[in-house]
Amino acid sequence: MTVPLDSLDALAARVPDGAFVALPPDNSLCPVALVRALIRRGVRDLSVLGVPISGFATDLLIGAGCVASLTTSAVTLGEAGLAPRFTAAMKAGALHLTDATCPAVHTALQAAEKGVPFMPLRGMIGTDLLPQRPEWKVIDNPFADAPDPIVLIPALAPDLALIHAAMADRFGNVWVGRRRELATIAHAARATLVTAERIVEGNLMEDERLAPGVISSLYVSAVAVAERGAWPLGLLDLYGADAAHIDAYAKAARTDEGFRAYLAEHVLGPLPKAAE
Amino acid sequence: MTVAREELLIAAIADLIAAPHPHPARHAAVGAASPIPAHAVMLARHRGLDVRLSLLQQRVGNPFTEGARELFDLAGQGRIDLFFLGGVQIDGQANINLIGTGQPAGSSARLPGNFGSAFMAFTVPRVILFREEHSPRVLVPKVDYVSAPGVSPPGVFRRGSPQALVTGRCVFTFDAPRARFVLASLHPGETRESVREATGFDYDEPDAVPETRGPSESDRAALAGPIRAALEDTYPQFCARVFGARAA
Repeated sequence: MTVPLDSLDALAARVPDGAFVALPPDNSLCPVALVRALIRRGVRDLSVLGVPISGFATDLLIGAGCVASLTTSAVTLGEAGLAPRFTAAMKAGALHLTDATCPAVHTALQAAEKGVPFMPLRGMIGTDLLPQRPEWKVIDNPFADAPDPIVLIPALAPDLALIHAAMADRFGNVWVGRRRELATIAHAARATLVTAERIVEGNLMEDERLAPGVISSLYVSAVAVAERGAWPLGLLDLYGADAAHIDAYAKAARTDEGFRAYLAEHVLGPLPKAAE
Repeated sequence: MTVAREELLIAAIADLIAAPHPHPARHAAVGAASPIPAHAVMLARHRGLDVRLSLLQQRVGNPFTEGARELFDLAGQGRIDLFFLGGVQIDGQANINLIGTGQPAGSSARLPGNFGSAFMAFTVPRVILFREEHSPRVLVPKVDYVSAPGVSPPGVFRRGSPQALVTGRCVFTFDAPRARFVLASLHPGETRESVREATGFDYDEPDAVPETRGPSESDRAALAGPIRAALEDTYPQFCARVFGARAA
């Protein structure tokens, strides 16, 4: 099976309205160029899963009206503070939010990648989170001698994992380096769409040193090139986050008008690169 | 040279990290947006404690090869000894709230979310609570939402309870069997009365309450030198604010 090499807009067109999409956090190969393309294509009613938390990319999607529901363990812009469009949407009651806690998100995906219906996870008993999540069931550990309550987390299989890789080959293998938690998202999701900084010659899976950081083409449905595709977020050791830009966004997006102006300038308007 | 408030807090937390404890701190992890705790672990190391720091947000040379998932798997196994948590509210039983205030919680102003607190509080044996704002609206009799409980009933799995709470005014240690805070030291400029007035929950006050020990000159040199160099890529804005702009 050949993995197609799409344009960025063609890749975005593969995300249907209403899809259940998993996004990595801001510090781990978040596909921001693809998110901008999704906003330009006018995607609607996404259910977004933050693995395990959400940040800049999800805030853009929320502000642009693309998100119907969000499951995540936190939404934050890190040192730049609160995520303004998330905060505004919560205040307006415009977003259906399901709170989680980071390891529960990972555990739900780990169950999905194993093809089992649930996995147990420690903690959470006595929190106000647990009663908010009736699908998380407490059982008595059947292997313990004494009573030992433990939480079961049902498996969660997103329709699509969306990630930005440092490189891809022409076979559809993509390299995420030490960010191998991305593989868990890809394994758990029904399909994975990838943007990559660049296409390399040869086969990444045949390079013994690179293969451990590869998500194989088995999981990948399509790839598009997006140079600086994580911007304004950082990407591994290739480039750092553009803190000044994120700060400016955090201030501008506090108001609806400020956010609209940001979208017009940086997402909908004159494109910074021919590639986008 | 005056000692910055942040340097004092870093030194106070470093003292807690090195304090005798049934669970020695061999491996500390620091999550998102916790520059003061990260600097405190590095300062404890500088002072000679054999503690490893795993910085979840580190971009270049990140300690994990499976990201946050590996951090939580390590914690689940008991391979992280020390972690830091805060909260928009912290109550007298060391319950923390990361969601927001009001009924339902977060309705007055929604905060980012629980992060990993609902898990880490149970699986990590030593937790130091840290919140710079020390006021009755933060330190409350009872939190509006329990992101993580300070103590649990017998039979519920947990490896420990919060060791202490460090604020911008003082250090409280936590007496887990009694689920009560104890005033341990006062930051310069604070009195027993000023702390009592700014605290919404009840706590114990021993006869002797010393002043919080600040950083030594050697501590401050290390913070502005090698520790800054190690953490600046992860916390650029914090380092610039506290230690000043880099000389060109």
